[in-house]
Amino acid sequence: MSTNLVLLAVLMAAVTYPSRALPLLAPGIERLPPRALLYLRLVGPAVLASIAAVQTLVVPTSETSWAIHVDVTAIGVVVCLALVAWRRNLLLGLVVGVVLVAGLRFAGLG
Amino acid sequence: MTAPVSPTPALSAARSRLLLDTAGIAVSAIGFGFVFGLAARDAGYSPIEACAMSVIVFAGAAQFAAVGYVAAGLPWAPILVLTLFLNARHMLYSASLAPRLRGIPFLHRAAMAHVLTDEAFALAATHFHRLGRVDVPGYWIGAILGVFIPWNVATLAGVLLGGAIPDPSVFGLDIVFPAAMAGLAVGLMTGRREVVAAGAGAVFGVLLSLLAGPALGIVAGGLLGPLVGMAMPDTGGHVVPDSDLTGLPVDLDEAMSEVGDLPAEPVP
Repeated sequence: MSTNLVLLAVLMAAVTYPSRALPLLAPGIERLPPRALLYLRLVGPAVLASIAAVQTLVVPTSETSWAIHVDVTAIGVVVCLALVAWRRNLLLGLVVGVVLVAGLRFAGLG
Repeated sequence: MTAPVSPTPALSAARSRLLLDTAGIAVSAIGFGFVFGLAARDAGYSPIEACAMSVIVFAGAAQFAAVGYVAAGLPWAPILVLTLFLNARHMLYSASLAPRLRGIPFLHRAAMAHVLTDEAFALAATHFHRLGRVDVPGYWIGAILGVFIPWNVATLAGVLLGGAIPDPSVFGLDIVFPAAMAGLAVGLMTGRREVVAAGAGAVFGVLLSLLAGPALGIVAGGLLGPLVGMAMPDTGGHVVPDSDLTGLPVDLDEAMSEVGDLPAEPVP
């Protein structure tokens, strides 16, 4: 059983822990410039949206080239996205998206 | 006519209410921990690797994002940089609690920090506010029973049971990861700047993936998107997002304002 990513987990924890601990252990250290705080606040939505879009739309066509490909996966993701925006309920969005895509594939549409 | 002043709830009553809140959070953490286990298995994680992420990193959005980074073949250095940025918001919670917990021993505070997630903070802040003071055992009840244990047990279940499904795409399970990423991004959108940053991140991510591959595209989207968002005028809105782990409608802005009004834990 592979354990290579355990080291990655340790390193990810090493860069996560200071954000959680430093203000608790050394009060005042969190006082970053407002522009830096704003940038950090915007990284979350940007990186998650980037991952979602790339995972949904970009497929490899060879070892060194990629293309945009739209199929039922994109429909499922968009439906999930719309439901989460509307109902603020991620679990509901995921369940509906999965059932929709499974249904479309079962019907031979994807 | 003056409004009636409600008495400060007794500790047992406040903890009973905390346990009810904790149960709700735990159910959701189980659902998303299971989804993380499935997604991690689909990306090639072994059960040990998936569980190591949930125990050691214990940060939902960063864990989900790492699944995508690993699947895209991203080197570890940019994964760590993005993880650092993605989890930097925890500093807000830590800073909010710090003045109230300065009487707690250093090592105890260091241990509390590891389980300081969005949910743990929301549960603790709400509980402290109801009680009218800090309750350290209450913090642990929410963080451990509500999030840490359910999240980790469900991760193990997801990564093990996922192996029993020969072709996840037949059941539509292959969309779980990108859909979860998109949904979590929505949970972090608290104003126009966040929406613009997310849109720009998606566009940069796709365009640069076509030119240089998904590994570079994802990083570029995550780092360039915020710059576009910062160019937008501020429309006010919230300071902190909804929960990153479960998408629950916990109002962290409210929790932060509540915890700010509490007296500090006395220095022994």
